[in-house]
Amino acid sequence: MNFDDTPQEAAFRAEAKAWIQANAPKQYEEELRKSSLGRTVLKGANILEVAKAWQKKKADAGWACLHWPKEYGGRGASPIERVIWQQEEGPFGKLSGMFIIGHGMCGPTMMAFAGEEQKRKYLPPLASGEKVWCQLFSEPAGGSDVAGLRTRAEKKGDDWIINGQKIWTSGAHYSDYGILLTRTDPTVPKHKGLTMFFLDMKSPGVEVRPIKQASGQSDFNEVYFTDVKIPDSQRLGAVNDGWNVSLTTLMNERMSIGAGVATGFPELFDFCNSLMLEDGPAIEDRSVRSRLANYAVKASGLRYTSMRAISALSKGERPGPENSIGKLVAGSMVQEVAMYALDLQGAAGVLSGPEDAEVAGKFQAMLLRAPGTRVEGGTDEIMRNIIAERVLGLPGDIRVDKDVPFNQIPTKGRA
Amino acid sequence: MNFDFSDDQKQMRDAARKFLAEQCPPKAVREVLDGKAAYDKKLWQGLAEMGFLGVAIPEEFGGAGAGHLELCVIAEEMGRANAPVPFSSTVYLAAEALLLAGSDAQKRKWLPKIASGEAIGTLALFEGKGNPSSKAIKLQASGGTLSGVKKPVPDGAIADFAVVAARTGSSGRDSDISLFLVDLKAGGVEVKSLTNVDPTRGQAELAFKNAKAEPLGAAGEGWSILTQVLDRAAVLLAFEQVGGSDRALEMGRDYALDRIAFGRPIGSFQAVKHILADMYVSATLARSNCYYGAWALSTNASELPEAAAAARISATQAFQHCSKNNIQVHGGMGFTWEFDCHMYYRRANATALTLGSLSYWEDQLIDRMRKKNAA
Repeated sequence: MNFDDTPQEAAFRAEAKAWIQANAPKQYEEELRKSSLGRTVLKGANILEVAKAWQKKKADAGWACLHWPKEYGGRGASPIERVIWQQEEGPFGKLSGMFIIGHGMCGPTMMAFAGEEQKRKYLPPLASGEKVWCQLFSEPAGGSDVAGLRTRAEKKGDDWIINGQKIWTSGAHYSDYGILLTRTDPTVPKHKGLTMFFLDMKSPGVEVRPIKQASGQSDFNEVYFTDVKIPDSQRLGAVNDGWNVSLTTLMNERMSIGAGVATGFPELFDFCNSLMLEDGPAIEDRSVRSRLANYAVKASGLRYTSMRAISALSKGERPGPENSIGKLVAGSMVQEVAMYALDLQGAAGVLSGPEDAEVAGKFQAMLLRAPGTRVEGGTDEIMRNIIAERVLGLPGDIRVDKDVPFNQIPTKGRA
Repeated sequence: MNFDFSDDQKQMRDAARKFLAEQCPPKAVREVLDGKAAYDKKLWQGLAEMGFLGVAIPEEFGGAGAGHLELCVIAEEMGRANAPVPFSSTVYLAAEALLLAGSDAQKRKWLPKIASGEAIGTLALFEGKGNPSSKAIKLQASGGTLSGVKKPVPDGAIADFAVVAARTGSSGRDSDISLFLVDLKAGGVEVKSLTNVDPTRGQAELAFKNAKAEPLGAAGEGWSILTQVLDRAAVLLAFEQVGGSDRALEMGRDYALDRIAFGRPIGSFQAVKHILADMYVSATLARSNCYYGAWALSTNASELPEAAAAARISATQAFQHCSKNNIQVHGGMGFTWEFDCHMYYRRANATALTLGSLSYWEDQLIDRMRKKNAA
């Protein structure tokens, strides 16, 4: 048991470190380091532009999409090298946020199902951040139940005509392309009538409407399709095999084992170290210490769980469903930490303006963003189902719609 | 990075698991639970023969000289099997105190006997209510003898010797405390068994009446040694707790697959699935904290105090969480004497208190994190 790099890993780390040292946009380092969940703002700069510039610089030097093949704009690096890069990139990695879906899910899906010519055309600019991609899966009728989606694709000559609505689409407002899951046959059970495409988000008939979130920000969108035309050549996988294609996309999500997930604990610990309560420093208060210790062992537990996963990766093992615990634990922890930090501030905890609130309103921003973390990419309940079914081997939920043609599934409650 | 046990260490874990599955089935645990024996003597001898008692004791003192990572994997299996033997008191507390502070002669006298299963040892620290604290130690040392009462002392009624924390000064500081070795069979100590929530690991009161004692480690160093012993034992006991957590989770999972209600296995109900998923989460977080503790223990890293406290808290929480929810998944059956659920529930809640309570370790963790932050 040790924390040492192999000689090969150490060489890679040194090379990465030196390059980052020489090339990263250092002027934003402090702001990025301090930014917490719910608030990554760069003063006097457009974060989209800064992020795109950093990604392009990485791509030009061969540090973008490390695990992708070189011919598609990657580096052909091993999973462990990808983790080492993330560790060394540190706070600058926060700039990659808007590329995660494109790099982690759309790209790999294109790699598995697009034609060779298309891969060479579309993947390098995706890797370099010049083009941003989004993933159009969720719908008002199909969130956790992805296969319940209703957006239709109908064949007309060599084209498909798309009508319907997507929702919760992160980054659609600045995306150039998207991968789109549609229903092509409503007369068969729901998983069997789906087809996947990719499309230009500027196509006529695509309308993106930002959703104002509970936090007041707008990271997600509704996307409406009205007679949008997609050539058959942009179909990914066979007609009606979209469910299997989407599974490839979702499985790739798991490869995104980070060096650490945000728990809010380091911020809370620092805060309690400096906060004065009526009877003295918060950190010396018995009940504060107990709460802090509880959060501390969750945060360290997650950190070392991810180290165990990284060790498994370095031995060539593939990440399994057990990695679902990161999001499950961190999601609710961030929310609790934010609530507790506000509680410690008493009446003034209600203030959220950066000028009036403690630590520039960091915990207030965290509080308002946290509910989304517990829902996006699978709710807490879906994560628990994944652990129960795929790790512990418990039976799947009973699905009454499994063998029913899609167009005969009830669509309204309280019937 | 290789944040995992080696193949050899995993093989040792498998060997221990197999041995304990054969030699320590629930039926054997129940012999002790039902009061038919104070501990499982046959199992104790078997553990000695397998080399498990002396796995971290150097060869020159009769042990296997393997190391603490190896001891961690054995500890996990002892917890998984709920073994009714004085393993933690003898191996984590008494042997570790001897290894840390014993003279060559003391090590030669006791360590080979521990490794061979001839001697059971313990640590006599507590004097009634409260958590580890130098101020709470009243038992007096004078002229080579000890006088005072210790309780609860783990496995005190079956121990051959005890490491005893005694007061040798009156400055009000930690340096008032020194450690002593007492041969409990030599007279001067009245031993009384106490009933406790987990009869498979006994607790006793030891009344010292001018009992002959020899110093263990330098005078005035007692508290500092004790702190180290408790940290080391915290990591090892945390592995037992993780083993117990995993077993409780497995029992709950297996029952949820077998038990049919409303026409389907209860494990197909989300309410039940989610209880089990949360058990898995707590056991996994604890295991990961334990691995870090194992690394710190085996390399004697400066991170050990913090790592030990984190492992201890996380594993205590996990074992309590898993053992109580295992009963919940079993429903009424889980509350019967006949089912094994309560044995793990008892062990979880007794273990949660043996090295100082959860709140004590929470306090320790924050102190240690602050120190590291300030450094």
